[in-house]
Amino acid sequence: MKISGKVVVYNHDNISTDQIIPGPYAYIKDMKEMAEHCLEGADRTLRERFRTVGNILVAGSNFGCGSSREYAVIVLKESGVQAVVIKSAARIWYRNSVNLGLPVIFCKTLPDTIREGEEIEIDLASGTIRETATGMIHKGEAPSEFVMNMYKEGGIKPLMRKRVLGELPDR
Amino acid sequence: MAMHAVHKIMAAAAGKEQVRPGEIITAKIDLVGINDVYQIVMQSFQEMLGEKVWDPGKVYIFLDHNAPASDLKVAQAHKIFREFAQEQGCHLVDINEGIGHNLLPEWGLARPGSMIAITDSHTPIHGAYGAFAAGLGATDIAAVLIDGSTWLKVPEVVNIRLNGKLQKNVMAKDAALYVLGQLGTEFGTYKVIEFSGPVVEDMSMEERTVLTVMATEMGAKTTYIKPDKTTIDDVKNHTNAPFVVHETDPDFVYETEYEFDLTNLKPQVAIPHSVDNARNVEDVAGIPINQVFIGSCTGGKLTDIAAAAEFLDGKKIPPSMRLVVTMATKQIVKESIEKGYYQILLDAGATITSPGCGACSGLLGGIIAGQERCVSTANRNFPGRMGGSLEAEVYLASPLTAAQTAVSGKLTCPGQTGLEE
Repeated sequence: MKISGKVVVYNHDNISTDQIIPGPYAYIKDMKEMAEHCLEGADRTLRERFRTVGNILVAGSNFGCGSSREYAVIVLKESGVQAVVIKSAARIWYRNSVNLGLPVIFCKTLPDTIREGEEIEIDLASGTIRETATGMIHKGEAPSEFVMNMYKEGGIKPLMRKRVLGELPDR
Repeated sequence: MAMHAVHKIMAAAAGKEQVRPGEIITAKIDLVGINDVYQIVMQSFQEMLGEKVWDPGKVYIFLDHNAPASDLKVAQAHKIFREFAQEQGCHLVDINEGIGHNLLPEWGLARPGSMIAITDSHTPIHGAYGAFAAGLGATDIAAVLIDGSTWLKVPEVVNIRLNGKLQKNVMAKDAALYVLGQLGTEFGTYKVIEFSGPVVEDMSMEERTVLTVMATEMGAKTTYIKPDKTTIDDVKNHTNAPFVVHETDPDFVYETEYEFDLTNLKPQVAIPHSVDNARNVEDVAGIPINQVFIGSCTGGKLTDIAAAAEFLDGKKIPPSMRLVVTMATKQIVKESIEKGYYQILLDAGATITSPGCGACSGLLGGIIAGQERCVSTANRNFPGRMGGSLEAEVYLASPLTAAQTAVSGKLTCPGQTGLEE
């Protein structure tokens, strides 16, 4: 699986789910409407940049810490984010990203050097990221086989549908 | 291979003899909880073609984060939850009961060996009772509703040994903030955090849960405190249901072990905007404070209310201060009335809300404005946490520090107000 696109860089650590989607918006039923507040608690310009600059979010470590709210993955997807490159993630946020099929790659070096708007190509299976302009390769962490399989299935929803329909064995 | 007790719980839930860190297992869940912030659980359940919940007796819907409903959107969500609970026959824990995390021990549902999965990130609290307890996302929980199982990566275990003895005016919250200050917010990511040592053994169950709930802020997947007489007595006090205590093998090797002597620990505060910004309260004392919040799964238990009330007895908060108290459960409200704490708090000038998560979730019951400062006994001080303003500041502290701050109107170290009896 390869994903390419331009990056939106917000290289800060400990971006909490409260910042990705503040609690008071959690009761909005329409996810498009909720996504209008995506990353509002961090930088209000980010959502617009996903539209005008690029569809790959680059951030620092412990991304998505705090509340378990799955909306913190949904609003990124609804805002057009195709992949996320971060130094590390908080556990529940990462798990939600896997379940909802949003590719995430962990890389310690790229967030510190890449500039907003530059184009990259992510090779998920090998965990490498290539900067298109310079050809520079960053070595990230390849997702586990389990996680890759989840991406291929499109997340846990299609997987569970297959189980319910008997197309896959019970777990 | 030597196994940790948590690995044995996981192995039993997966129907295996052994599990190893890093392995992915499919585990059967004993108790599933859904909080009222996540009506998307029901949507995902339908999208995954779920019709009947696999075992409605094991499913609890907690209307605790925004209770009673603060606006129309919330009221609609609560209505959908009530209808779903009725349709499916699962337990509805309505707006009058309080916070799910504090209700489980009261109802004897947090017990050694249980597998607990709840849509709330603070679920690792139940490791204080020797349970495996992890927070999962909404769709994840919806999948559990279908077949009672979930995928879990078997975590490594780190041990935090707390030696020495806590002094007067120092509480479990201070110990937790100190550990965060020393080790940061990431050292426990994906891991089991075990708490052990004389300080932990000395603590009541309520105080132990402060350590395990704050472990969420250390990144923990779940937590563990080895069940001892305190644990077993408490659990048996609340239920006759059987439970299994798994023992960690003597030759088990922890991924990492940390040791702290807390004998000289002073009251701690986490200053904005990160939980690991821990300081001695005395070093930052004097900062003017607008509101004190005593509440949440972390700081709204009977121990916390008692600590605050005993200090506030006969005292009054100044006009510049609001003191918002949100007891965690209905039972705590009843006991506070019986013991006279409720009256003391009212007389001191407190605003007492109905039980639930309250202002900690930033949804209702004591939201703070921009440029305001709040000292809170809850668990998070992230930007915007208490209602959305990025210019608001939250300081995390113990209920003792909170109560003394409420009276003096500025951040105050317990024992240094000159107001003690």
